[in-house]
Amino acid sequence: MSRLAAGGMVRRDRPVSFQFDGRTYQGLEGDTLASALLANGVRLMGRSFKYHRPRGALSAGVEEPNALVQVGQGGRFEPNTRATDLYLYDGLVAESQNRWPGLALDLGAVNGLISRFIPAGFYYKTFFGGPKAWLVFEHFIRMAAGLGKPPTRPEADAFEHRSAFCDLLVVGAGPAGLQAALQAARAGARVILVEQDRQVGGTICRDPALIEGQEGLAWAKAAGAEILAAGGRVLLRTTAIGYWDHDLVTLVERRVEAGQAPGLDGLSQRLWHVRAKRTILATGALERPLLFSGNDLPQVMLSTAVRTWIQRFGVLPGRRALVLAGDDDAYRTADLLQQAGAGVTLLELRQTTTVPGQPFPVLTDVKVIKATGGAGGVRAVEITVKGQRQTLDCDLVAMAGGFSPVVHLHMQAGGALDWHEADGSFRPVSPRQNQICCGAANGTAGLAETLAEAQAEAAAVLLTLGFNRPDLAPPSVQSAGSSGPGLPGLPLASHGRAKTTFVDFQNDVTLSDIDLAWREGYRSVEHLKRYTTLGMATDQGKTSNILGLTQLAALEQRPVPAVGTTTFRPPYTPVTIGALAGAAAGGHSAPRRRMPLHDQHQALNPLWQPLGYWDRPRAYPRPGETLHQAALREARATRTTVGLTDVSTLAKFDIQGPDAGVFLERVCATRVRQLAVGRGRYTFMLREDGLLMDDGTVWRLAEDRWLLTSSSGGADRMAAHLSYVRKVLAPELKVSIANVQEHWAAVACAGPLAASLIAPLLIDGAAPAHMGLGRGVLDGTPLLVLAASYSGERAFEIYLAADQSAGLWRHLADKVLAADGALYGLEALEILRIEKGHVVVGGEIDGRTTPGDLGMAKMLRPGGGYFGAQALQRPALQAPGRVQLVGLEAMGSVIPEGSMLLTAPGAAPEGHVTAAGLRVLQGGSIALGLLRNGEARLGETLLACSPTRGVTTPVKVVSTVFHDPAGERYRG
Amino acid sequence: MKRYSAFNLFREGLNGHKGWGPAWRSPEPARSYDAVIIGGGGHGLAAAYYLAKIQGLKRIAVLERGWIGGGNTGRNTTIVRSNYRQPQIQRLLEFSLKLWEGLSEELNYNVMFSQRGALFLGHSDSDMTRLAERGDALRCNGIDAELMTPGQVARLIPLLDMSDRARFPVHGGLIQRRGGTARHDAVAWGYARAADVRGVDIIQNCEVTGFDIRGGRIAGIRTSRGDIATDRIGMSVAGASGQVAALAGFTLPIESHLLQAFVSEPVKPMIDTVIMSQSIHCYISQSDKGEVVLGGDPDLYPTYSQKGVPYRLEEVAGQAISLIPALSRLRMLRSWAGTTDMSFDGSPIIGTTPVEGLFINGGWCYGGFKATPGAGWLLAHTVATGAPHDINAPFGLDRFAAGATVDEQGTGPMPQAH
Amino acid sequence: MLLITCPHCGERAQAEFTYERPVQTVIALDAPVEVAVETLYNRANPRGWSWELWRHTHGCGAWLKLHRHTATHEVAAVALLEAGA
Repeated sequence: MSRLAAGGMVRRDRPVSFQFDGRTYQGLEGDTLASALLANGVRLMGRSFKYHRPRGALSAGVEEPNALVQVGQGGRFEPNTRATDLYLYDGLVAESQNRWPGLALDLGAVNGLISRFIPAGFYYKTFFGGPKAWLVFEHFIRMAAGLGKPPTRPEADAFEHRSAFCDLLVVGAGPAGLQAALQAARAGARVILVEQDRQVGGTICRDPALIEGQEGLAWAKAAGAEILAAGGRVLLRTTAIGYWDHDLVTLVERRVEAGQAPGLDGLSQRLWHVRAKRTILATGALERPLLFSGNDLPQVMLSTAVRTWIQRFGVLPGRRALVLAGDDDAYRTADLLQQAGAGVTLLELRQTTTVPGQPFPVLTDVKVIKATGGAGGVRAVEITVKGQRQTLDCDLVAMAGGFSPVVHLHMQAGGALDWHEADGSFRPVSPRQNQICCGAANGTAGLAETLAEAQAEAAAVLLTLGFNRPDLAPPSVQSAGSSGPGLPGLPLASHGRAKTTFVDFQNDVTLSDIDLAWREGYRSVEHLKRYTTLGMATDQGKTSNILGLTQLAALEQRPVPAVGTTTFRPPYTPVTIGALAGAAAGGHSAPRRRMPLHDQHQALNPLWQPLGYWDRPRAYPRPGETLHQAALREARATRTTVGLTDVSTLAKFDIQGPDAGVFLERVCATRVRQLAVGRGRYTFMLREDGLLMDDGTVWRLAEDRWLLTSSSGGADRMAAHLSYVRKVLAPELKVSIANVQEHWAAVACAGPLAASLIAPLLIDGAAPAHMGLGRGVLDGTPLLVLAASYSGERAFEIYLAADQSAGLWRHLADKVLAADGALYGLEALEILRIEKGHVVVGGEIDGRTTPGDLGMAKMLRPGGGYFGAQALQRPALQAPGRVQLVGLEAMGSVIPEGSMLLTAPGAAPEGHVTAAGLRVLQGGSIALGLLRNGEARLGETLLACSPTRGVTTPVKVVSTVFHDPAGERYRG
Repeated sequence: MKRYSAFNLFREGLNGHKGWGPAWRSPEPARSYDAVIIGGGGHGLAAAYYLAKIQGLKRIAVLERGWIGGGNTGRNTTIVRSNYRQPQIQRLLEFSLKLWEGLSEELNYNVMFSQRGALFLGHSDSDMTRLAERGDALRCNGIDAELMTPGQVARLIPLLDMSDRARFPVHGGLIQRRGGTARHDAVAWGYARAADVRGVDIIQNCEVTGFDIRGGRIAGIRTSRGDIATDRIGMSVAGASGQVAALAGFTLPIESHLLQAFVSEPVKPMIDTVIMSQSIHCYISQSDKGEVVLGGDPDLYPTYSQKGVPYRLEEVAGQAISLIPALSRLRMLRSWAGTTDMSFDGSPIIGTTPVEGLFINGGWCYGGFKATPGAGWLLAHTVATGAPHDINAPFGLDRFAAGATVDEQGTGPMPQAH
Repeated sequence: MLLITCPHCGERAQAEFTYERPVQTVIALDAPVEVAVETLYNRANPRGWSWELWRHTHGCGAWLKLHRHTATHEVAAVALLEAGA
């Protein structure tokens, strides 16, 4: 056990039991999985992606590349979870991954033995033999790749989105962020403070200090409490993942840990969209590893991670430690290790011969050659001291390779970077949006300096936002521990075997891979990344990108900034797809709208069919009936007696004003204006390219009032289109348009008995003539009765206020059924319209057809002036040889809808079947189709060919109107 | 140039891989070329390769503003298929698909073209009818397509939500088994290497700044690395087509929009096939590395920023979970965006331009990756012969004024509609 | 995601708006055929500042003219569409 007797921010009175790879361990409340494993002496936590090398925790935070586990069960299973960023909870079940049969003995490690044959990009050079052979190779590659197991169960918990607005968003609740947020809160600004950890404090949690005479963590907690008390919001366990245009920042709030059951609200994670007037990015800095052979062994870790284990978790990760000093910060680690009771030697890697006055042994002029050890961890480090080789035994190596400011959000926001050669880091400059980097994220070192900077930045922000000038004295600070000799940082140098010197730990990218890529010409930083996979692992290159870049610059013999960086893109740390979706997954990803008569239909247990946003009844089968049987019965009833259907989803526009008729003639390509009051007609609209957009009917309700109907599915498009024509193209017209699609319900009553059945509803007691309208009333509700026929029978569409429609439906349904009629759904409607040769949007009006193609050219209004008139005149739209609408009659078996029309087997298609139906009363398969030069080919025999359904059948080209060509029936 | 093979890989392994030379040279631009291709994406590099190989031209340069493969070649979801509905596009993409099938061997570079199938899901009977129609059109034109029952779909992708209560219940599917994915970067690198072997100069970090046009004819090109004389230029600069055309003095029926996509963290195999949907615009596949690749609708406004709106990714996430509920706990690892050449009928433009000697390949919307070999081949043909091939004849610039647009989706003359 | 100041509604997220077309590509209903087709199919597609027509679709429905930069996404001006744009 390596838990220290005292210290740390864990609750020693609250043990937590958890499982790792089937064994049960005890940790403490406040532990991460990684700290608890280390406390239990478990050092091996994962295997790398490619070579399956044994790995322990490199870091103690979100940058972790090695210690990945799969956690949780069923619908909470999450692979690739960082053990360093997973707080223990009771019942936590974690498993190591990408190993077989086990973590200690992993047969995948054989890849390491053949690593010389499988360097970066090896797969581009082999596995030839054609696509079939590749599929075989690929099968094994896929099995070997991937990290954790995939989740297989549907989500168990809830996710949601929330929006927020504030004056100041502060990302990171370390000293800088707390100080900035505190000032803003005191000044009365609306503040949101975001911290990815579960407590405020940031580096104070690993590097204690006295702030304003208080213990640092107490100061931090008090600051957090004061921000809350002032009305600010402090979101813990919340990561700012993306900085988007116009200062939108997305946050992910983890309400529970990965794999953990949520509280009563059932909420697992929440995605925030925050729009802030200013954003302070106090995101800190990440430490870089050092490059030497074997730098990936377990127990070789970041220097700051070692301090975190000791100070935050009370865990001493090793007893014989070597601290590799690439910067001054290493001295604090050595100091702390010494105080915690470990044997420690500091190896100064920088250019100096002596470092006096340290409480621990220091070797200078050191070069690290390699670390040796195994799955149990590092055992020794070979070095040279003043050129002499030595081997030092150890069980812990702390790497202090300097710090890289966390500039991800700054860069996502469109900022730029400035290279600082002295400490080998990029610092943020030139913010393009309202972001301000502060503290370590800005390259500022030292607690006092950080607090002072935060204070000043916050003050400046508050002034620009118009708040009272806050107190400008930064807090006083006393830091503890050695501060080091004040040497500049370490230029990248490695002295051992490049093949086992790891740059990207998770993806096993070594120095020699980078060298190889460079030799092969992959010299742009993006080529290097893509060829070697450097920085593309789940840690997103947080510890590796700068190292790789520095090595590339060295090879190129150019300065690092000349080599450039890869692009920073969201997310900062990986975010569950569930959180991204929020509540809008499953049924909520595309909410269904309900028709006003939904409940009336549902009571009849119909077959439903999705149509646009709605579900509409497709048929109302009787017990034992198939869809087809039901639809045919419904259609026959409509042809012989009477049918009733719900057409409420139709697009409907109430258009009023003295110029309404003029306006309609701009929208509609047919004659409209001369319609008499009380009359209606079929119409269609063109797109701007002259092709058919939609069709419907137009009615003159009064001198200055019109009703336009069009297809259900095109309703939104038509609403936007009408608005465009009205507001942009014809602003001078005196007309107003109301979209009454959902205000008015509509039912259609069709059939030989329809007129007599609806007549009693009409005020004058008589059904209107075809394409005429009448007014009725039912139980005090006004009815608009339009005599329009889609089915080909005498038919009436009855419009009324949606919330009154149930009464009308019941009234008519009773009468229809009493008259031996039927309720009919979309399927019968389709059969009826096909037999009548009516076209439909989405079928014959497919976005590629002109009015001429569908036999409607003669309806075009001479003189143009309507939308799309000009483009319709383009030559190819007028040329012969286009497809034209035809009727098709089966000469063999049933015509498959969607089948191709051929002149002979194997010939190229000359058209296709747009809709297939049957003669409702006589039987016999018929269809509509689009056929090249179709109008001239009546009588010709073709093949309707559907290879996907194994059907080819002869058809005869006939007129499009199969039923009542003279139109006697609907005129009544 | 050392050939790539398992044997050479083994031999080099014994030798520390010291023997591999650069995959392509980095030459200085010459003063003149027989033909110049603008744009070092997959399409442009392929065009240069076929100009050298098929058309037999000798002195060819590819000019790339940044690094090769850095535009949309490296920013897509790597889907390859030819299962479109309109015959002109079918023919073009099938021509391309056939080239894909031999590409790794042809280039001696494993582009990992994986025919794991491209599946369209149908979510209603009417979806299934539309899919059957598409399949019938494909089959009658000699291209593979198979309808699948819900049971077959479920066996292929066991994690799909097959329940009746799913928001998008699965009624079946249409699969093109010869479709699949390829490794996008490798396509650019493979063409570059193979073109380089044939003497093509690939010049990176070379931005075109103007054209030398005399009497309506191309006489040369001006670049950030000097002027180059040439009388034949092919532009293949998706995302920047309008910019390059402007340098030559004409405008295009193209608007630059943006498409985002993202990948999850890598996991062991969970999705074997490319999944698309007839009703919702969401496509899902899993890369060989194990990352689940997700894409959806483009951002619907003009932009060159390569920075999208978050709600587009969120929408794709919701749709993907609706299809495959188990995706919920996978994590988005990386997101990216590419500038797309949105044409006004959704189809590409490959052919002549108002400037004689200048030819265009562009307007691929967000579907150009699959066409890489074919588009390159056809651009090479057009550049070399001065006239379009039969296959790209329907895709000329003149089709818009003529009214002969090729509108696969039938959604009309607005770039954001496709 | 853009923040667009609708003259009617104030600052609203881009998700409420729909981009329609560059202002200069509005085609008058009485435009000659050649002009209409030319305007429909040829766009400057600038990388830089552009006047664009947007609609506050999921808000007040107003048609707006945005002066917007297509590379930086800055919005310099938002105005209600005047008559005869």
